[in-house]
Amino acid sequence: MNQAFFALLKSMGDSLRDLLPIILVISFFQLFVLQQPIPNFIDILLGTFFVVLGLTFFIYGLNMSLFPIGDSMAHAFARKGSVSWLLLFAFALGFGTTVAEPALIAVSKEAAAVAASAGMIEPSATARHSYATQLRYTVAVSVGLAIVIGVLRILRGWSIHYMIMGGYLLVVVMTGFAPEEIIGIAYDSGGVTTSTITVPLVTALGVGLASSIEGRSPLVDGFGLIAFASLTPIIFVMGFGMLV
Amino acid sequence: MELLSDIAHSLYLTVYDVLPIVLIIFFFQLLVIRRRMANLQRVLVGFVYVLIGLSLFLLGLEKALFPLGRIMAEQLTSPDFILNGSEQVLRSLNWQDYYWVYIFAFAIGFSTTVAEPALIAVAIKANQVSAGTISVQGLRTAVALGVALGISLGSYRIISGIPLHYFIISGYLIVVIQTFFAPRMIVPLAYDSGGVTTSTVTVPLVTALGLGLAESVPGRNALIDGFGLIAFASLFPMITVMAYAQLAAFRAKH
Repeated sequence: MNQAFFALLKSMGDSLRDLLPIILVISFFQLFVLQQPIPNFIDILLGTFFVVLGLTFFIYGLNMSLFPIGDSMAHAFARKGSVSWLLLFAFALGFGTTVAEPALIAVSKEAAAVAASAGMIEPSATARHSYATQLRYTVAVSVGLAIVIGVLRILRGWSIHYMIMGGYLLVVVMTGFAPEEIIGIAYDSGGVTTSTITVPLVTALGVGLASSIEGRSPLVDGFGLIAFASLTPIIFVMGFGMLV
Repeated sequence: MELLSDIAHSLYLTVYDVLPIVLIIFFFQLLVIRRRMANLQRVLVGFVYVLIGLSLFLLGLEKALFPLGRIMAEQLTSPDFILNGSEQVLRSLNWQDYYWVYIFAFAIGFSTTVAEPALIAVAIKANQVSAGTISVQGLRTAVALGVALGISLGSYRIISGIPLHYFIISGYLIVVIQTFFAPRMIVPLAYDSGGVTTSTVTVPLVTALGLGLAESVPGRNALIDGFGLIAFASLFPMITVMAYAQLAAFRAKH
């Protein structure tokens, strides 16, 4: 019991250390640059305590659950030997975790506002809503496909270099043709799709797959799924902007 | 009392968020894999920890750091602050006048990335897989430096009004060139680190900074120019992570 308590204290200490930079930056700018007192000091202290506690729990649970889930499912699929089920799982994981992502919902709403102000769609609320929904599903499908492509790459042992470079080339070419208003949103959409729960799961899945297939290195082949998931949305959103 | 309902609400949002993932995992686990997961009880307990942890984390951020950070981003970008209330009102602003914004962008990019839970997860995994060759702190510092550089450069772009795609395409070019020279084992990890940097902590603060800048700099459109900072934040870590590995390899050789 005592030992567990010390382990908890230690990991809270780690969390505090991780958060210290933000606290320092915000206090420095508040007190010295903007020269204003810190408002609601008690609230902020309490909030910081929650953040530290939350991060501690998250990291603790990560090693107990998210990593083992991703890992054990990867091994189970590898043993089962059914590529089609694995790919279906990969798609479902990518699509399912992205479609409800709050950051994506926020970005697609803003994108609809941009499109309306640029005259690409009617400025009515219905048109905006349907534009935002379509965009959200476009991104979710693209992330699903990304995980599928990434898993196929691990299975086949393709090199990630040329695939990502090919993707970049496509992005560059499409930037020349896509409507200017959509470019910023498209570039940003690559970054917002990967959530805090998805990343550990997907990473464990990739590393687990690579380590259960002979001849694959977990480090060289196991990573890279997130990279695909941040690249395909850019391509799909620009494509969406060109079509709509 | 209000606090308890806040916690409950945050927990509800997190659970709602995670529900699709849970359903997918259950579906495949029960119908396709049809094998009991090892240590099922431990995994479930761990999952509850993850949910509680994430809810408290988000609630704390929302209570403490985000409001301040957002106000700060607004104040630092407002013309009043930049002109320092002085007589220079007639003079038009140059990009150099925004120096506090660049410093803030750098500092906030670095510090939020260090606290990003998704990045901690990837760094832990990379450390395990590489048998300790890749250090958790080293990777996180490299990524955080990348985000810091990216956000400062992105702020400069909004202020100067140079089109976004010039920067992004040049960044891609650097990534492609580096890919050929960087140690092979770091490349996939470097590509991944671009995507993981921008989630819970970084996105809200960085978005506030972008919107604040685009609203206050004359001639910018908040809707169009406010976007793009996240793109910078996901591009530059690839460059710094590969550079970190290149530097380590170079030092080992000489």
